[in-house]
Amino acid sequence: MNYLKTLFNGIVKENPTFVLLLGMCPTLGTTSSAINGMSMGLATMFVLICSNVVISLLKNLIPDKVHIPIYIVIVATFVTVVQMCMEAYLPDLYATLGLFIPLIVVNCIVLGRAEAFAAKNNPLASLMDGIGIGLGFTIALTLLGSIREFLGKGCVFNTSIFPEQYGMLLFVLAPGAFIALGYLIAIVNKITKKS
Amino acid sequence: MKRLESNFINMVLSTTIVALLAAGILGYVFTVTKDPIAATKKAKQEQAIKDVLPEGAVLNADMIQEIDGCTINPAFDAEGNFVGAAVESNDPLGFGGNVKVMTGFDAEGNIINYSVLEQAETPGLGVKMLEWFKKKGNKGDIIGKNPETNNLTVSKDGGDVDAITAATISSRAFLRAVNAAFAAYKQANFAGAPVEAVAEETEAINDSIDLVEVVEEVAEVATEVAKEAKVTLNNPVPNK
Repeated sequence: MNYLKTLFNGIVKENPTFVLLLGMCPTLGTTSSAINGMSMGLATMFVLICSNVVISLLKNLIPDKVHIPIYIVIVATFVTVVQMCMEAYLPDLYATLGLFIPLIVVNCIVLGRAEAFAAKNNPLASLMDGIGIGLGFTIALTLLGSIREFLGKGCVFNTSIFPEQYGMLLFVLAPGAFIALGYLIAIVNKITKKS
Repeated sequence: MKRLESNFINMVLSTTIVALLAAGILGYVFTVTKDPIAATKKAKQEQAIKDVLPEGAVLNADMIQEIDGCTINPAFDAEGNFVGAAVESNDPLGFGGNVKVMTGFDAEGNIINYSVLEQAETPGLGVKMLEWFKKKGNKGDIIGKNPETNNLTVSKDGGDVDAITAATISSRAFLRAVNAAFAAYKQANFAGAPVEAVAEETEAINDSIDLVEVVEEVAEVATEVAKEAKVTLNNPVPNK
C-alpha cells in the first residue's frame, strides 16, 4: 500500500510540473504540441525509472563527496541509450525531439529525485517513485501540449478541431508556454487546495 | 550496509568503476544501434530522392556528381531519356543549425518537389518548412517554379516567396539551400549533355513557333546520350 501511495504521490501531490515546479526548461521547450509533450514525458519517465532504480541499488557504494558526478554519469548514460535507440528505431520521433533529448541529463527532476528519494529508499520504492513522478510529468506535458496546440493551431494530437488560421500563434511560441503553464498551475492549485 | 566512507581510494574507485560501466554500456548500445541508424538514414535519403523525382524515374549510380558540396543524382525515364535530377544541398545557417534539403529538378530546371532531410528548427515554426513550400495555393509554394526565372528568396528580401510565418530565418536557410542546389545542377554535366544546353534549348522553345521539332531534337539527343551511357554500363571495361 505504501508503494501505491508513493506512486500517486508523484502524479498528484508532488506533481513535478505543477507542484514541485521542476524541469521547467523541457516543459516550456517541448510542449508546442501534444505529441511532442507526451514523447518528451515518456522519454524522461524512462530515464527517471532507470536512474532511480540504479542509484537506489548503488547508494551504499557511492561515497557522499562524489555522489553528484556519479549520479550525472548514470543519468547521462541512460539518456544517451534512449537517444541512440530512438534514432535507430523511432526516426520520426527523433527528428522532432532529437534536440531536447540530451537536455534530459540536466533535467532537475531526474537529479532531484535521485537525490531526494532514490538515495534514501529501497529500489522498489524508488521504482514506484520513478513511475509516479514520470507519469505526473508526462501527464502535465501532454496537458500543456494539448492546450497550446489547441489554442495555437486548432488541433489536438494533429486532429483538427478548428481551422489553423484562427489559431493564436502566440501559444505555439515561448510566451504562450509561460501563459498556459501559469494558468494551469493556478487551476491545479485551486482544485487541490479545495479538497 | 553502511555507506562507503568518502576517503580518497573509495572515491577514485567508485567513480572509475561507474565511468567504466557507463562506457561499456554505451559502447554496446552504439554497436547495436549503429546499423539501424545508418539504414534509416539511407532509407530516408532514398525515399527523399524517389519523392522529388517524377514517377518511374531510374537513377544511375555511376553518374552521381558532387559540385560545390551538393550531390546530384541524375534520373532517366524507362527509355533512358534524361528527366531531371535530385540534388542534395545544405545550408548551415538555419535557426537551429544545418538544413539539408533534397530538391528535384526536371530537365528544364523547374522544381518538381523537395524533401527536407535534416533540420533542427523550432517545432511549430521553422519545422513547417517540411510542408510550407509545397502547399498548393500558398504564396510560399515553390513547386513548378524555376529558380532562374523566379527570384526564390523571401518577400522581405525582395523575392517571390512568402516566408513561413514568424520563421524568416528558417525560410531563408531553406531557400538558400534550394538555390545552391539549382546552381550546382546548372553546372553539372550529364554524360556530355550539359544542362545549360538544355536550358538554352528551352529558351529556344519559348521563342520558336515550331515547338515539336525542337522537342523531338532534344529528345533524340537525350536518347542517344542515354543509350551510350547504357552501353557503357552493360559492357563494363573488361580488365578492371
